[in-house]
Amino acid sequence: MDLDVRLPIGMMFSLFGLMLAGFGLTSDPSIYAAHSLGINVDLGWGIVLLAFGGTMLTFALRARRRR
Amino acid sequence: MIIQLGVIDYCLLAVYFAFVLGIGVVLRKGVGGTKDFFESGRALPAWICALGFIGANLGAQEVMGMAASGAKYGIMTSHFYWVGAIPAMVFVAVFMMPFYYGSKARSVPEYLKLRFDEKTRGFNAVTFACMTVMSSGISMYALATLLHAILGWNFHLCIAASGVVVLVYIFMGGLRSAIYNEVLQFFLIVFGFLPLVLLGLKQIGGWSGLKSKLAVVATQHGMAAGAWSHSWAYAGSPHANPMGVEWFGLVMGLGFVLSFGYWCTDFLVVQRAMAAESMSAARRTPIIAAFPKMLFPFLVILPGMLAIALYTAGDLVLPSKGGSLNYDLVVPVMLARFFPSGLLGLGLTALIASFMSGMAGNVTAFNTVWTYDIYQSYIRPGASDAHYLRVGRAATVAGIAASVACAYTAAKFNNIMDVLQLVFAFVNAPLFATFLLGMFWRRATGHGAFFGLLAGTAAAAAHHGLSLPAGAETGIKGGWLSVVHHYPSEMAQNFWTAIWAFSICFVATALVSLGTRQRRSPDELTGLVYALTPKPKDEGLPWTKRPAVLGIGILALTLVLNIIFW
Repeated sequence: MDLDVRLPIGMMFSLFGLMLAGFGLTSDPSIYAAHSLGINVDLGWGIVLLAFGGTMLTFALRARRRR
Repeated sequence: MIIQLGVIDYCLLAVYFAFVLGIGVVLRKGVGGTKDFFESGRALPAWICALGFIGANLGAQEVMGMAASGAKYGIMTSHFYWVGAIPAMVFVAVFMMPFYYGSKARSVPEYLKLRFDEKTRGFNAVTFACMTVMSSGISMYALATLLHAILGWNFHLCIAASGVVVLVYIFMGGLRSAIYNEVLQFFLIVFGFLPLVLLGLKQIGGWSGLKSKLAVVATQHGMAAGAWSHSWAYAGSPHANPMGVEWFGLVMGLGFVLSFGYWCTDFLVVQRAMAAESMSAARRTPIIAAFPKMLFPFLVILPGMLAIALYTAGDLVLPSKGGSLNYDLVVPVMLARFFPSGLLGLGLTALIASFMSGMAGNVTAFNTVWTYDIYQSYIRPGASDAHYLRVGRAATVAGIAASVACAYTAAKFNNIMDVLQLVFAFVNAPLFATFLLGMFWRRATGHGAFFGLLAGTAAAAAHHGLSLPAGAETGIKGGWLSVVHHYPSEMAQNFWTAIWAFSICFVATALVSLGTRQRRSPDELTGLVYALTPKPKDEGLPWTKRPAVLGIGILALTLVLNIIFW
């Protein structure tokens, strides 16, 4: 039993990224004006999280294939 | 109530909990014996141990407390990192890890037993076990109080939920499960707080905008304009800077005694490095951890500095408590101000995660010290490995139950917990002197170590009882014997308590050692004392894997940061 820690990290952050970005696309823009200086941070940061999660997943899967 | 959550925020929180528990469930199958459960099989790569190493340290007290200090003291708070952490982390990696990882010791108290004697180990094991349970209880209490205050959640439910979640993943996966979750939580904190810093800086007009607002804060407090935005420039006199400390107390008290005492002897962090797959990985663990640690001030202190600057500019409302600002709520207030639904869920998850990792770190250290150093040593030696594994799991349950009891005690009698914390601080203050002499002076004896520790603890208590911070009442803050000295601030008093405890312990250990016989033979001391231990060979390794080279690099970078923010 050898779980690569990058696997759950990659999965969780990818999921977080999808959820945030999806919410950013569908949410009412007024919440961004009220909080985050008018920037759609949910969409933007969701993409960042997705990129990070994807990178972690790639590393984990590559390591698994090499074994 | 400060924060209103939306559906998306609850979903993010639920996903996090699912992963935390999932990791425990998956890792359960890998736990075959005590070595897996308490030491993670000594099989983890350096980078995982390193992130666990800072993750365990990155409890909520750190996240919320450092932001609060950032608002209260400005950038001088960074001394807790650049002076009070990095040098000690490099030291433990280069000089001390060979003794911890290389000897047969499985815990810090066990090292004390091998190097000194049974009574020194017993003293350390018992105080450490009590302290971990209490810290974990205080984390739990703080989490429940915070969630009740900002979200209106039920206090008892928060205690129960946090206890059960931490219990489940440690019970199943042991130390490895705790470390994996600390890694997860490390990234969560980085990604959860980074947008806060970025948005705050954008709002205030970047670093120069922040500096000009902080100048207003400083002049309002009757100090020079740069007092909030310079880390050293005003450290010459305690009255010129918001912390009320002078450079000598800062460097010796915080940078040397307190920081080396924590990073080099606290089993909570050392346990993470001892889980590494090899000596080389164990030695690299604190150094790899030092890189992100060095940058953490930007993540955890800046939000506090931004908050006080925005508050002064009339751009943010900070809650007050008893007539003065309640700095402890800086982080949730900033989250509520800058994070819309969605990101808010992420930030809150990061905050909750930091509480839980602080608890989990304490619980894993507790179950190990209880099982190895108390149960196996004094209660029932010589039982089977399966028996000790069961005891370890039972200790996890008992540790969490005791934490819950502590959380409720804290809720009922705030003072008892403060007093206990003070007592443990007295016990910890001199500890580094014992290790320093033990590791680098082969003549140090068991009697020397034990009575030196007692003398150092007594010195800490006496110093606290005889001094008082300016403006404080006698009692829990000090002066309970009689007041012979006033310190400009509580922090200055803390630093000097540590300096006194260390010095007295050092001298007493040396004197008693010289007056008693060394019962340990050179053979027994091999691997435990510097002069009698073969030096780890780093010559064959590439420079990226040599602790000394990496250590010098990280110290140089830290120096550069100190100069930039001088």
